Amino acid sequence: MTTPQLEIQLIAAVVAVACALPGVFLILRRMAMMSDAISHAILFGIVLAFFITEDITSPLLILGAALTGVLTVSLVEALHSTRLVREDAAIGLVFPVLFSIGVILISRYAGNVHLDTDAVLLGELAFAPFDRLYIGNYDIGPKSLYVMSAILLLNIVLIALFYKELKLASFDVGLSAALGFSPMLLHYGLMTQVSLTAVGAFDAVGSILVVALMIAPPATAYLLTSRLSLMLIFSSMIGIVSAISGYWLAHLLDVNIAGAMATMTGVIFVMTYLLAPRRGLIAVGRRKIRQRWQFAQRMLVVHLLHHLGLPEESQECHTGTVHQHLKWEKKFAGKVARMAEKEGLIFQKDGLLRLTDKGLETAQQAMM
Amino acid sequence: MIEILYNILFDYTLRTVALGAGVLGIVSGILGSYAVLRKQSLLGDTISHAALPGIALAFLFTGSKSVLLILTGAALAGWVATLLMISIIRTTRIKEDSALGLVLSVFFGFGLVLLTYIQKLPNATQAGLEKFLFGQAATLLAEDVLVMAILSLVILALVLLFWKEFKLLSFDEDFGATVGFPMRSIDILLTSLLVVAIVIGLQTVGVVLMSAMIVAPAAAARQWTNRLGIMIALSALFGAIAGIGGAIISSLTSKLPTGPTIVLCISAIVLLSLFLAPARGLVWQWIQQSRNRHNFHLDAVLLDLYALAQQHRDRLHGHHAAVLKTMNLKQSAVNRCLRELKTQGLVRQISRDLWGLTEAGLQQAESLANTQGGAA
Repeated sequence: MTTPQLEIQLIAAVVAVACALPGVFLILRRMAMMSDAISHAILFGIVLAFFITEDITSPLLILGAALTGVLTVSLVEALHSTRLVREDAAIGLVFPVLFSIGVILISRYAGNVHLDTDAVLLGELAFAPFDRLYIGNYDIGPKSLYVMSAILLLNIVLIALFYKELKLASFDVGLSAALGFSPMLLHYGLMTQVSLTAVGAFDAVGSILVVALMIAPPATAYLLTSRLSLMLIFSSMIGIVSAISGYWLAHLLDVNIAGAMATMTGVIFVMTYLLAPRRGLIAVGRRKIRQRWQFAQRMLVVHLLHHLGLPEESQECHTGTVHQHLKWEKKFAGKVARMAEKEGLIFQKDGLLRLTDKGLETAQQAMM
Repeated sequence: MIEILYNILFDYTLRTVALGAGVLGIVSGILGSYAVLRKQSLLGDTISHAALPGIALAFLFTGSKSVLLILTGAALAGWVATLLMISIIRTTRIKEDSALGLVLSVFFGFGLVLLTYIQKLPNATQAGLEKFLFGQAATLLAEDVLVMAILSLVILALVLLFWKEFKLLSFDEDFGATVGFPMRSIDILLTSLLVVAIVIGLQTVGVVLMSAMIVAPAAAARQWTNRLGIMIALSALFGAIAGIGGAIISSLTSKLPTGPTIVLCISAIVLLSLFLAPARGLVWQWIQQSRNRHNFHLDAVLLDLYALAQQHRDRLHGHHAAVLKTMNLKQSAVNRCLRELKTQGLVRQISRDLWGLTEAGLQQAESLANTQGGAA
């Protein structure tokens, strides 16, 4: 592995974690699509700031673009508050406008500078190691690594400081407002954080990958755990794994790195969606099947209890006829009886199904 | 002006682009109306982004750049993305917004992978797929527009054919299911039409901005009417105006990309509608509010006068405007209100500063006091 390769993976991993952390709260607060809007709209901010500073590397660029992110959020809120359009429509109306203005500005005035829509939208991580940071004459590493590390650190510090508040506001908006935490302040704080992260990441990986890294790893983690702290850790780890595996996928096929990373977040999500221990499709399917048999066993023991010691017992509870009374297929009834016997709920005597003590208890419980 | 008209009629490129953009505006306006009404505004965003891998795969498998083939690929990918999204929402606790964003970004990322893969193939015919990213209306050919127009006609016919069903789906799905309509299938049909409508626009405005063409015309049309038929017609009209207008404006100016220009046009229409639409628009709301406020002041002055009158044996006795001013929160308006009440015949001016109720005013004030729970 060469140094640039290592550096690219390092940058990718840092970006992934920096995006995943605020992403968790976006998912929980049902504002995932806001990241899409912000990441598109900051194109406008970047272009505008570029015209003012005329320097693509200026830190003002990041600030200007982050402000556009906040502007997007405020415009969406303002539009939604007129109650003339729904919130999703408001999002869908605002960001294309800002994005369009950005594209028009670029193609009209910035045709020959290093600022084109492809780079902004798609990113080119492969070039990130060429833009180095120097102290004096000493090369201390790629610049975007430092920028993203700073943003990551900021995200970690902010989440650590306001962990309790963010948690409360994500799960119980009403209570958090009643306790005096301003929902507006938290909302805009989080949105500023998302904008800042998006702007920083977007230079390296492009705006669409920002969305992928903000949403896919937290959504995957959401299938694995119900604890906020674990969700933050899992989504960071999933982010890192997708970043590095995505890099190697891109290396192997010689394709766009950001795209490959987004693809890997998707692959990991689909695998989790199928295989997650409790919420995966397979686990849910198996649970449903098990519940179906359990329910049938319950029906059987309740039926047996119902006719226990009564004259018709020999008819109702006979292995040969019980399925008719339960309106079951004979094969199904046989299987249920065998399962219940294995579970120690019933036993057979003289062709009659009889309840064990455990079966009696289960039946009585089911009747309650 | 005449030159523009001349160009539209005789300039091949402009005519093709304007026609294409107009068709796109009409179709996205129609299908967008349903999407907006069904709270699926952002579904268009997801579908259009998700179409990208379909475009690339269609090219990879067939090696052909025929528009119909590529659009089919795009539609299939958009369709798969929608189904995947719906199944994620149905079977997990992941919410709609996350599912939309997830499918959007992952499909788009995968599309980028495929596009860059295609670019590196030793095959000279690959170039040109990037135009679907941002749209390149100038590359539209007459036969592309023909394909678009035929697809649009099919969509239009289906919308008319299933008018009642789609209406039911948009406003009361449960009722539809209760009276025995196969709502699930109708939903799938409508979503498929949305996918086709989006795919039609990809070449002109690109995957990134196509979502605006779904939301904006419908959001604008919604402000003007409460009837579905009128809304859809208006939405199609707005879409067409924005499409043709945007195409013309961008052709008149150098270095003005068509897709973003169309989006800005339709957004301007949205803004106008939000402000000016009768009954719902912001301007109308402001007028209504200030009118209400004014009426409220009039009533307040009348009720104050009534309260004073009740303390006097002669109910029609005159009282000083100065007294009324001390009773009213907005003192400066009292004289103006009194004069207006006078023209309505509810009060009479006894001398310069002395005002009293008329018989009509007394009755009006009594009924007001009753309905307002005796505000005096």
